[in-house]
Amino acid sequence: MIQTRGERTFAHFSAIVMTLITLAAFLPFILIFVASFTDESALISNGYSYFPEKWSLDAYVYMYTTASTFVRAYGVSFFVTIVGTAVSTILTAMLAYPMARRDFKLHNVLAFIVFFTMLFSGGVVPTYMMWTKIFHIKDSLWALIVPSYLISGFNVLLVRNYYKNNVPVDLIESAQIDGASELKTFYRIMLPLSIPVLVTIGLFTALTYWNDWINALYYITKPQYYGVQNLLIQLMNNIQYLKSDQASSMIGVGAVELPSTAVRMAMAVIGILPILVVLPFLQKYLTKGVVIGAVKG
Amino acid sequence: MNATIAKRRELKKMMPLLLLAAPGLLYLLINNYIPMLGVFIGFKEVDFTKGIFGSDWVGLNNFKFLFNTSDAFIMTRNTILYNLAFIILGTICSIFIAVLMSELLTKVYSKFFQSGLVLPNLISMVVLSYLVFAFLNSDSGFINLSILRPLGLPEISWYSEAKYWPYILVIIQLWKTAGYGSIVYFAFIAGIDKSIYEAAKIDGAGKLKQIFNITLPLLKPTIIILGLLSVGRIFNSDFGLFYQVPMNAGALYSTTQTIDTYVYRALIQLNDIGMSAAAGLYQSLVGFILVLIVNAIVRKVNADNALF
Repeated sequence: MIQTRGERTFAHFSAIVMTLITLAAFLPFILIFVASFTDESALISNGYSYFPEKWSLDAYVYMYTTASTFVRAYGVSFFVTIVGTAVSTILTAMLAYPMARRDFKLHNVLAFIVFFTMLFSGGVVPTYMMWTKIFHIKDSLWALIVPSYLISGFNVLLVRNYYKNNVPVDLIESAQIDGASELKTFYRIMLPLSIPVLVTIGLFTALTYWNDWINALYYITKPQYYGVQNLLIQLMNNIQYLKSDQASSMIGVGAVELPSTAVRMAMAVIGILPILVVLPFLQKYLTKGVVIGAVKG
Repeated sequence: MNATIAKRRELKKMMPLLLLAAPGLLYLLINNYIPMLGVFIGFKEVDFTKGIFGSDWVGLNNFKFLFNTSDAFIMTRNTILYNLAFIILGTICSIFIAVLMSELLTKVYSKFFQSGLVLPNLISMVVLSYLVFAFLNSDSGFINLSILRPLGLPEISWYSEAKYWPYILVIIQLWKTAGYGSIVYFAFIAGIDKSIYEAAKIDGAGKLKQIFNITLPLLKPTIIILGLLSVGRIFNSDFGLFYQVPMNAGALYSTTQTIDTYVYRALIQLNDIGMSAAAGLYQSLVGFILVLIVNAIVRKVNADNALF
């Protein structure tokens, strides 16, 4: 394709504007990243700045010396994310597969049951009452995993469509002629075949669990069950939290200015870190998922 | 006799598939369907000494009370207006980004930009509230200390001035979602037949002309469908954006209260279960009706894109 001068100018213009937009997307992250390496006194006198007067590693040193709170929150978040994602993905596939089988008499009934959950919801109050008064889920790790996120109707329909469109009916038939049971057909043939779509919904689910703080807002009152996000909320709500006795005794001298702002920022940085690490990998699947999701709900 | 055997055989054939679906169905039954039955709480005056089922029926009193307060109007207005702003401005920004991205000469660039632009959408509302706090807090925020102060302008205590928040929240939402939203449009533009552009070029159409006369008209159906589908969700708001990002500041309620934040505050902070349940049911019902209407319209526009 031959390029005219006008076209090249336009391409350069696009590149410049896109660079600026991408920069705008990144700048807030850089601000808190820099703040986490800023000396507390500089933060207090000059505020958040991209070019701090004095750099410092205090926040990270502090987090390292008082690691237990942070490590525990990290552990909770990882546990919830891994268990939640694994269970969710398996259950979603198990529910989606029978729905994709046209010879299964109830497949349309199942589809309606799943679909209706996307249209109407009982709302927060009945949900909250049920989990707390009937299932007594408050203050447990289950409260972080089970309510709301375990199965999303949208994901089920996504996987069902994948089975419908990408797995030939002949394959199921021939497996069954060979004497494979339904369960065996599912585990041995269908699950491995659907790995691409399961990875896609798995990534979305993992992101949901990692980023979730609302379940804890409703169902957790004891800080020992806080994951990273809720620890961040607690730190934000209670700046004095870090100056509690336990914290100051760790540092030794009470008069020392605790790097409270920088610590919070460091904690936020560490909270984003896992997402940044998997971002290049995520992108491919996210793009796929968004396009499928938007075009056909 | 034969019929029952056939039936039994049929059942035996269905059993394994039903078993596979059972755990997921059970979950949906508990997590989604039991609460749907629980909407009756909205018609009760909940008294825990009597239990939820034993509490007195009060008919539509909760709703009457709710709609007699100014809260009902404020939260409905906020929810709808914010959503409209998000839909309109979000679509424009997303398309703008997608068009620019499709004009880049090398694919490597677009990959890089895409990673950068989806990042804001991947972080939690809590981290987002940290980012916003870094810019806006009055003691050490970037805007007050590094922009307003050097310019000699008066500093603003952002978290107690409600009038700024409509702008702040719209900017935040665009920052968060525009890049992510552009993916769909970018994928669509990438799928447009290149020969159309070649033909236009031969006819002497410049880049801008091509965009306005080819790309945008071809995008129109997609824009309309996606827009309509978002209108179906116009009664829902992102709880985190309106609760956590403004730091739950009471002074900001007039411009940050949405139906979702009201439901939470009434339930957890005010312990007013009846009000909260009434507001929640109001949201669910109107939302449901909106989805039905929107779907009927989408079906008329393009049946393939209808939800059902």
